[in-house]
Amino acid sequence: MSELPHGAGTGPSQRSAEIGVALLTLAFGLIVVYGSYIVGFGWGADGPQAGFFPFYVGLIIAGCSLINLVSGLREDARELFTEWGQLNQVLKVLVPTTIYVALVPFLGIYLPSVLLIALFMKWLGNYNWATTLAVAFGVPAFFYVTLERWFLIPLPKGPIEAMLGL
Amino acid sequence: MLENFTYLYHGFGIAADPFNILLMAVGILLGVIIGVLPGLGGANGVAILLPLTFSMSPTSAIILLTCIYWGALFGGAITSVLFNIPGEPWSVATTFDGHPMARSGRAGEALTAAFTSSFVGAFVAIVMITMIAPLVAQFALRFGPAEKFAVYFLAFASFVGMSKEAPSKTIVSMMIGFALAAVGLDMVTGQLRLTFGFEELLNGFDFLIAVIGLFGIGEILLTMEEGLEFRGKAAKIDAKVVWHTWKTLPKYWMTSIRSCIIGCWMGITPAGATPASFMAYGIAKRVSKNGKNFGNGEIEGVIAPETAAHAAGTSAMLPMLALGVPGSPTAAVLLGGLLIWGLQPGPMLFVEQAEFVWGLIASMYLGNIVGLILVLTTVPLFASILRIPFSIIAPVILVICAIGAYTVNNNVFDVVMMLVFGVIGYVMKKTNYPLAPLVLAIVLGDAAEEAFRQSLLASGGAISVFWSNPLVSSIMGLGLVAGLWPLISNLFSRLRTPQPA
Repeated sequence: MSELPHGAGTGPSQRSAEIGVALLTLAFGLIVVYGSYIVGFGWGADGPQAGFFPFYVGLIIAGCSLINLVSGLREDARELFTEWGQLNQVLKVLVPTTIYVALVPFLGIYLPSVLLIALFMKWLGNYNWATTLAVAFGVPAFFYVTLERWFLIPLPKGPIEAMLGL
Repeated sequence: MLENFTYLYHGFGIAADPFNILLMAVGILLGVIIGVLPGLGGANGVAILLPLTFSMSPTSAIILLTCIYWGALFGGAITSVLFNIPGEPWSVATTFDGHPMARSGRAGEALTAAFTSSFVGAFVAIVMITMIAPLVAQFALRFGPAEKFAVYFLAFASFVGMSKEAPSKTIVSMMIGFALAAVGLDMVTGQLRLTFGFEELLNGFDFLIAVIGLFGIGEILLTMEEGLEFRGKAAKIDAKVVWHTWKTLPKYWMTSIRSCIIGCWMGITPAGATPASFMAYGIAKRVSKNGKNFGNGEIEGVIAPETAAHAAGTSAMLPMLALGVPGSPTAAVLLGGLLIWGLQPGPMLFVEQAEFVWGLIASMYLGNIVGLILVLTTVPLFASILRIPFSIIAPVILVICAIGAYTVNNNVFDVVMMLVFGVIGYVMKKTNYPLAPLVLAIVLGDAAEEAFRQSLLASGGAISVFWSNPLVSSIMGLGLVAGLWPLISNLFSRLRTPQPA
């Protein structure tokens, strides 16, 4: 099974994922330690300085990350983190969501939401255009009415909404 | 003691207001939907809806939000029994026997048993809260900063001891939470820290964003990976099935009592509903005379985990109200809500906001009764929600999460943060880092740090302040025992049964 480079049954190993996460948390811990060091982690004139608490928090993160790193290195290299096919599924959600999130600051929340729902339904669900468009416009419209009209909570809007005068 | 009943009586007066009863029904229904849908759970459901309640009175708002929580607890059982998909982590144990029951055509029975035991568990926990919370709060009034820190220490240490994940992973996850909480303006010195010049980080990390990302987006990614297809069993609940099942339930009173005790204990110490449900299931399996049949659709295997999960989920409110230390991520979000409404949870809440506290406690009684009736009557409706394909549900939930993240502070940067937390949550789940300690640490980070620094300030920097009087020493001692519990229990079992080398 493990001879196939792609397809079912192969994927990144749990071991490398564990090691990767341990290294990331180690780096995070060191950043926290460094950040605390900048603002001072000692005992100032009026008690503990701003970096006092996070300094030790950072040290603990770094210390435990090392333990996790060692136990990750000892992990069975054959156990899978996930299969490539499954990872592909995850990316099918993650990539459109990332684009969606990136569009929100520029286009507001409504238009990207319409696009996101339409994309999912058409691409992953194979719905016909009528159903797709009904849901894609219906859901944001529902949120517009409930949030902006009933609860008076403004959501981010972009140039399209401005054009429509909403 | 007696005056508490007077307070409770007044509380019922507040909670039984028609508007509040309506809010309960709305909250329960929303909660069940949230519990049924993948990617929306109690914690992030409450987090998303929190901004909508800012315009309500705190009492009505908390009634709505706690009822969403009860609803989510109920809802987890529906997906477990009908679809073999635990909607919430604490209903995993319910799938073991609940789904086999549904497969053999006893879905209605399984659901009735699950809902009724949930109700029993919650009810016992609420009675316990009514009795004990005021005493705990009164006792805690004497707490100074050192004792406060000791309580936080106990809470977090029991996470380390109770978690089934490696202790070093639990600690890393928890400390990352503390570090994230520390980012931004330091309240004591007024200094900026850990922002590294990024203006976006001035206000630190909002735990609501973290909750929505970690639990919402992370969960969607996980569900997608499993290539989820809902293929469920139909459920029909009518009065006859309910009555039949109710008649058999008293037989299992021992299982119920045991699960209630496990649940209440695990809920007060923030181990949470998930381990409580597993523990209750495990013990029931070992003790029951039908133990061998567990896993093939034994009704006792539904009663045990459901009772414990609900007892734990409900009793998580006790430390949240009385000490300001939430016992579960959802309780942590509720605590965050209290802070936003300007209510400081903890012992003083019982003194200064007695009306609010007792209104809330009374609403727990009513909310669970309303909940039981609602879920028993509306199951087919919720089962049909699950038949909506994931390719529609997923983007809609993503949009809801994004809107929820935005409305917390009306800030688009938060939507980006949410996605980052979502990816972190996915990777952490896959590598067995527990998420609950991280969330609790973000919520409690500032308070814990303040207590820590104040105690050190009073003692001139001597760590011995945490062992300076019997009270603080015993809490710290309990914390150490809780944190090192795996080692201690290991030692005990080795002493008792000398193992051959």
